[in-house]
Amino acid sequence: MSSESQYIELYRECRSMIHQHSAPLMNALRDEAMADFEAQGFPSQKVERYKYTNVAEAFAPNYGVNLNRVNIPADTAEVFKCDVPNLSTNLLFVVNDKPLASSTRDGIYIGSLCDFAMQHPDVLQQHYAQLASTKADAINALNTALAQDGLLIFIPRNKRMEKTLQVVNLLRSGVDMLVNRRVLIIMEEGAEATLLFCDHAMDQVNFLTTQVCEIFCGNNSRLDMYELEETHTSCRRFSNLYIKVGTDCTVSHNNITLFNGETRNTTDVLLMGENSEVTLNGCVVADKNQRVDNNTLIDHQVPNCTSNELFKYVVDDSAVGAFAGRILVRPDAQKTSSQETNANLCASPTAHVYTQPMLEIYADDVKCSHGSTVGVLDASALFYMQQRGIPIDEARMLLKFAFAGQVIDAIRLEPLRDRLHYLIEKRFRGELNKCTGCALCK
Amino acid sequence: MLEIKNLHAAVVGGKEILKGIDLTIRDGEIHALMGTNGAGKSTLSKVIVGDPSYEVTEGTITFNGADVLAMKTEERAHAGIFMSFQQPVEIPGVSMTNFMRAAVNARRKALGLEALKSTDFLKLMRDKRKLVDIDNKLVNRSVNEGFSGGEKKRNEIFQMAMLEPSFCILDETDSGLDVDALRIVAEGFNKLRKPDTSALVITHYQRLLDYIRPDIVHVLLDGRIVKTAGPELALQIEEQGFDWIKDETK
Repeated sequence: MSSESQYIELYRECRSMIHQHSAPLMNALRDEAMADFEAQGFPSQKVERYKYTNVAEAFAPNYGVNLNRVNIPADTAEVFKCDVPNLSTNLLFVVNDKPLASSTRDGIYIGSLCDFAMQHPDVLQQHYAQLASTKADAINALNTALAQDGLLIFIPRNKRMEKTLQVVNLLRSGVDMLVNRRVLIIMEEGAEATLLFCDHAMDQVNFLTTQVCEIFCGNNSRLDMYELEETHTSCRRFSNLYIKVGTDCTVSHNNITLFNGETRNTTDVLLMGENSEVTLNGCVVADKNQRVDNNTLIDHQVPNCTSNELFKYVVDDSAVGAFAGRILVRPDAQKTSSQETNANLCASPTAHVYTQPMLEIYADDVKCSHGSTVGVLDASALFYMQQRGIPIDEARMLLKFAFAGQVIDAIRLEPLRDRLHYLIEKRFRGELNKCTGCALCK
Repeated sequence: MLEIKNLHAAVVGGKEILKGIDLTIRDGEIHALMGTNGAGKSTLSKVIVGDPSYEVTEGTITFNGADVLAMKTEERAHAGIFMSFQQPVEIPGVSMTNFMRAAVNARRKALGLEALKSTDFLKLMRDKRKLVDIDNKLVNRSVNEGFSGGEKKRNEIFQMAMLEPSFCILDETDSGLDVDALRIVAEGFNKLRKPDTSALVITHYQRLLDYIRPDIVHVLLDGRIVKTAGPELALQIEEQGFDWIKDETK
């Protein structure tokens, strides 16, 4: 049986059950999405954007899917402490694909996508599955066909989220599980928000997650967003993120993979309004047999926008890191300023890094640069530190920490920055073998 | 006491540079090591501290009775051996504070002492900084990053002050320094020196030895110590160069 057929059959058999537990608006797209999935199948490694990740292999095992929406208990207060200390946040738990609470305060909705779809079908219709094309990407197609709920954040015109919203995605299951999560963030004109997403897995089973996240940044909006993955070696994450950026926006997205099994993050930014500024940063720490593949696109469709991209990887043992970043400057996008850097540290001879910065420029008045480096630990620096009495392992740790530090220091959210310094140091010391937040895995 | 006997050493996989060194430095003594470019002065100092780019093919080094060649680089440092680098290494992203804290506490751990409390450590940094007159701005930066040549050398002396070694190697500490910086660095060293601190001072010029007065001067040529005498030898070399010594040894 091919990897695809089990999902096609699953959909055929469970179509009515899936529909029954979801919103009509989401259901309306399923048949077509599944047809798109059937037509294209999982992308092979000959497909440029999936060159470094074997998707079919990841989806081949038989995972359970909670289509019948069996309630999976999670006493979050008891089992989970993921608070970034000193950070005053609004905390929301999402268990697998289901937010544990929904609220509307000051016009700002945070909660279940399904519930919102029932209340405001018109708003949802304008946005849901508008950026994540099911024709162009099989993960989008599969997710659109199977996802039954997810998180929706709606910030109306000129509203500002007072506190940082910390979304804690918890994976919970007693058996191997496929989770299809949907995230939709709608920021109307002038809206402002700081969002922190933390991914954790609470059970030692195999998890496969697809997450499709669509973000609409209306004109003059400000978004500061962080994603932190801290799962375990039996977790596979396929995340597709699409951000549509209007005029005069400031958007920053920071993707940190601290602990994982296999991760594929696609991040596409569409600059559709002038005078906007986008920052895409990322930091990856991988060892053992972990794999992390970040694939980004920054699409400059209009003039006068700025984009900055910095991804840093530290790979050790037999880990594999991949980065492919494409910056596309379209013919009309004059006065674009864009900078892309990917720097990698290979701390062991068996670690692998693939790096592919890409700059495609079709306008003639732009300022763009891109570059990538792959290096090893500096032997003269190691010797210098050892001569001062610093043991070799500690010296290696200090150098790795210094290397990753550039991305962490760029984080504007100070308590998160401090927390990440602490977590990354622990990580390099080998003390972070599973997520620190979960009391269950302690 | 440092004792070197019949030391032969080569670049790993390369040619032999040290061809039988015998050298004894007693506690409290200052030895100067002079010689032409490429004679092996820096190689000798790197072999003593354990640079992995060199391998010892024959001979022994003992320090206070312990077999130095059996010790790791960091263990040699814990035993009290310190080298002021000819070219101090820049380490971007590692702050001087974290670097020194790691070094001081690693040594304390090796000596069976508790790690210093943060406040005590910072006080130690402050005190030693004043002692060697190094700018606070430098201490707050990454290790040697963007330091001028003089600042780097001064930073070496600051690290020496923090680690309180009993045997110091000054590897061409005078290179790249102007006269004032040279005086400040040398005075810093003298201030730190205790009666039983010994040192090996590698230099091309008499100038540094005006400030750090050696008890014994050695001349190293082609991997061997060919002449040993009192401080007057350095003055003679300053005037006449090395050719007369080469002629003597033919």
